[in-house]
Amino acid sequence: MRVALAALLSHWRRSPLQLAMLLLGLALATALWSGVQAINAEARASYAEAAATLGQDRLARITAQGPIPQETYVDLRRAGWRVSPVIEGRVRIDERRSLRLIGIEPLTLPAPAQQVEFGEGDALLPFLTAPGLIFAAPETLARMEGADLPPLREAQGIPPGTGLIDIGQAQRLLRMEGLVSHLLLDPDAPRPGELPEGLRLVPPDSESDVARLTDSFHLNLTAFGLLSFAVGLFIVHSAIGLAFEQRRPMFRTLRALGVTARTLTGLLLAELVLFALLAGVAGLALGYLVAALLLPDVAATLRGLYGAEVPGTLAFRPGWAAAGLGIALLGTLVSASQSLWRVAHLPLLAPAQPRAWAVASERALLRQAAAAAGLLILAGALLLWGRGVVAAFVLLAALLLGAALLLPVLLAGVLRLAQRAARGPIAQWFWADTRQQLPGLSLALMALLLALAANIGVGTMVSSFRLTFTGWLDQRLAFELYLSAPDQVTADRIADWLEPRAEAVLPIVRAETEVLGQPAQLYGMADHATYRENWPLLAEEPGVWDRLAGGDWALVNEQLARRERLAPGDPIRLPGWEGRIAAIYSDYGNPSAQVILGIDRFFALHPEAERRRYGIRVAPARAEALAEELRAAFDLPDETLIDQASLKGFSLQVFERTFAVTAALNVLTLGVAGLAMFASLMVLSGMRLPQLAPVWAMGLTKARLARLEMLRTLLLASGTLVAALPLGLALAWVLLAVVNVQAFGWRLPMHVFPLDWLTLGALALGAAALAAAVPVRRLARLRPADLLRVFANER
Amino acid sequence: MRTVLVSDPSERLLSLEGVRKSYATGEGPVQVLAGVDMNLAPGESLALTGESGSGKSTLLHLAAGLDSADEGRIVVAGHDISQAGDTERARLRRGTVGLVFQQFNLIPSLDVAANLAFQARLAGRHDPEWQAELADALGLTACLHRYPEQLSGGQQQRVAIGRTLAARPRLVLADEPTGNLDEATGDAVMALFLRLVSQTGAGLLMVTHSTRLAGRLHGRLQLSAGRVA
Ligand SMILES: Nc1ncnc2c1ncn2[C@@H]1O[C@H](COP(=O)(O)OP(=O)(O)OP(=O)(O)O)[C@@H](O)[C@H]1O
Ligand SMILES: [Mg+2]
Repeated sequence: MRVALAALLSHWRRSPLQLAMLLLGLALATALWSGVQAINAEARASYAEAAATLGQDRLARITAQGPIPQETYVDLRRAGWRVSPVIEGRVRIDERRSLRLIGIEPLTLPAPAQQVEFGEGDALLPFLTAPGLIFAAPETLARMEGADLPPLREAQGIPPGTGLIDIGQAQRLLRMEGLVSHLLLDPDAPRPGELPEGLRLVPPDSESDVARLTDSFHLNLTAFGLLSFAVGLFIVHSAIGLAFEQRRPMFRTLRALGVTARTLTGLLLAELVLFALLAGVAGLALGYLVAALLLPDVAATLRGLYGAEVPGTLAFRPGWAAAGLGIALLGTLVSASQSLWRVAHLPLLAPAQPRAWAVASERALLRQAAAAAGLLILAGALLLWGRGVVAAFVLLAALLLGAALLLPVLLAGVLRLAQRAARGPIAQWFWADTRQQLPGLSLALMALLLALAANIGVGTMVSSFRLTFTGWLDQRLAFELYLSAPDQVTADRIADWLEPRAEAVLPIVRAETEVLGQPAQLYGMADHATYRENWPLLAEEPGVWDRLAGGDWALVNEQLARRERLAPGDPIRLPGWEGRIAAIYSDYGNPSAQVILGIDRFFALHPEAERRRYGIRVAPARAEALAEELRAAFDLPDETLIDQASLKGFSLQVFERTFAVTAALNVLTLGVAGLAMFASLMVLSGMRLPQLAPVWAMGLTKARLARLEMLRTLLLASGTLVAALPLGLALAWVLLAVVNVQAFGWRLPMHVFPLDWLTLGALALGAAALAAAVPVRRLARLRPADLLRVFANER
Repeated sequence: MRTVLVSDPSERLLSLEGVRKSYATGEGPVQVLAGVDMNLAPGESLALTGESGSGKSTLLHLAAGLDSADEGRIVVAGHDISQAGDTERARLRRGTVGLVFQQFNLIPSLDVAANLAFQARLAGRHDPEWQAELADALGLTACLHRYPEQLSGGQQQRVAIGRTLAARPRLVLADEPTGNLDEATGDAVMALFLRLVSQTGAGLLMVTHSTRLAGRLHGRLQLSAGRVA
């Protein structure tokens, strides 16, 4: 048995390249997959940490529409409620940094919320007395280096980007004197009576809103990881298949010498497990690196898009490593299952009639075409009847896999036609030979197809999104300045002050409401040209703005309309109001439902709503000056007044960051596909000599053969590129019109960018040429003796 | 025994003068051919014999322009190929020479009919009638649309012979063309081969171990110690 294993392993010593490809493919597949998983795990962990902050997952809260006056808190305490006040807000440090502050009162804080040990009183006193003390995670400390803040101290278990501080100090820093954000309450504590008007009791919540919001983002990442993993497995599958094929005579000899089929299969299995573990460890290391490189961007995306704080550094999790090794093993076994089955059922004697490649590959192609058709039909069915994000991703997978399986069938058909149309003997041989190479190359070509289609698809989606998003931002952010005053009194004074100085000052008011059984935001919209000219409507009734101002009609956002299948003209009902839908507007970057009413009707429903936020119209050239005057006149902190340009800039920055991750994964996937191509070509080149030698002997130079080899690779890559284009566009369409709708609730118009395709095409052909360069050079440099050995008696 | 049947140099189809060839090995260069002289006239057929490893295949490869000699002159159909480049030698193989090896003769991706026609079309001498005649004589008519790996060894070798002769090369070089076949089949194929070669009027240089086969040709060259004895 030891001898048999040594014999089996000796194959790898003789073909180290094959071994390298096998290990590399497996390591890359594992790396991309586990890299994405590491990012997801890090994000989930920090969501869970955030959910557990101040015991939110175990404590009830009392909230109001806006901040709660401190007197209300005092009254409640007096009435016997064992509540503890919390204030939350963000302080801007400088252009690039901000810190989320949570102000607490350590003396009344319920036990589950005790985040920090104040020790033997040595921290409590400085915490309570000015200038106070901020507890934060180590990395937050590092990030806040040099900031103008009270002293910082390290503490564990606080989410990144967050500082824990005494409520009095927080009120001062946040300029929210006399206010608290909400009150914490032990759910088991006694409740002396009803809550006063305007306050609401919110039960504990184990899953944070952030976790729910970011689900689709992580699903996207996971899908990408899966795609890369699949592409990597293509390499593994072809390397294993080839190694088994080449060792077939050895298997026969071993079996003839008395090794049972079971032992042989077992030995091969052991060999594979060994490789899987080796490559798995390498892949984990690589995956950790990938994740560590990508995480800062991902963290920035999550912070910008969802306000979710994720640390920029990666923790090592043993569970993650175990899962990575597991997936490496599983992938290897899946890739090898066909080969292993064949070995287990290997007949002792070689079949009398040699397997004719033409017949065999014809049959394989037919089977493949049938499988492809099945998958594409499944994709079609899902498109028609599927619901939900998971169905959308299954649709994507079926579409991609079906198309990949179809590729060799199509290429074979084209090659057959070309062979038939070819006139000269060399051309005819060239096409026939290319057809013969196809089975050996098809896995690499399939990987290339997937990578190219993913690039085209995701590229189209991102570019479409960018175009739509910038246009939409221009419409939505129509005000030159956005003001949010610290309190109602200041707001009123500012509004009066602005009246003669600005073209228009329109209140932006919102309230929480409920529509069709789901929570929604309700906005009041003034009747003004700014909206009439700019608001991005997708579908509308005639005279929409007059109808809205009249009070009996509402606008709803696309998310709500799609989820509830609403159209303009449909009736709609809110607590205290009933009317019809005048129009549907696009509302990107926001997952929840929104309804807009005319401002008069809004205040009739919500008289308590604050008018603290305003949109200001002013000649763009005057905007900056006006902002300065305003800040000076009312001593406003920077963040109360935001100009349109920086708001747009910020939104676009979030956007670019989001897709930086996607772009990085895209490039990696393409790289893996190029490698698959290289691996297959290298492996094939070793078996090419008997096919090329006769042609050379009959009078073709090596240089010409080498040129033809290069041409063949480029042709196959071009064919794949041509096939990738419609597939990529289909992919983009599914992403924009199906996945997006299911995941976020909005649909984006699709724009195509043919120039990007040209770049990608050049890149793909370059990669193919590079992959072919080494084997082709080898061929051109062969000595005649090497070719002649083919004709010698033994080979 | 040195065999020179034709004295007029212009009538020579193949001539070698003082050809030397050595191979580089791990233990330094090994001299295989140490000054070979020989001549072959059009229509003439010669057997090349010698012990295993004596350099028969090497000589044949040099004559076919597949490899280049270290020293000496090789002239094929009036062209000195000793100093010829890759392209010129390829042209010679395409237009003038026909090769039959022991195995791995055929192009696996083409069917029998395409294999038969391949070299003739490369040489620009494709003659469908002659090809059909050859296929008939070689008993290949029934398997024209099969692929090489679907043929028996004897059938494959007959296709190789048919392909070479279909191009009507002036010089046929054969390296133990029936060495892989059993004796009865080998003899039958060989008889056919020799008949068809003489029908085309080509010159033939054939490596063989068999004295019986060698006896059927016009003459015989014996290689030993790197020279033609
Ligand atoms: N590519 C090569 N590299 C190194 N040595 C070689 C090479 N080809 C042939 N030789 C050596 O050259 C010598 C002659 O080989 P060649 O094939 O010409 O012999 P042969 O007469 O055809 O033998 P056989 O009857 O066995 O076919 C042998 O010793 C062989 O080992
Ligand atoms: Mg030989």
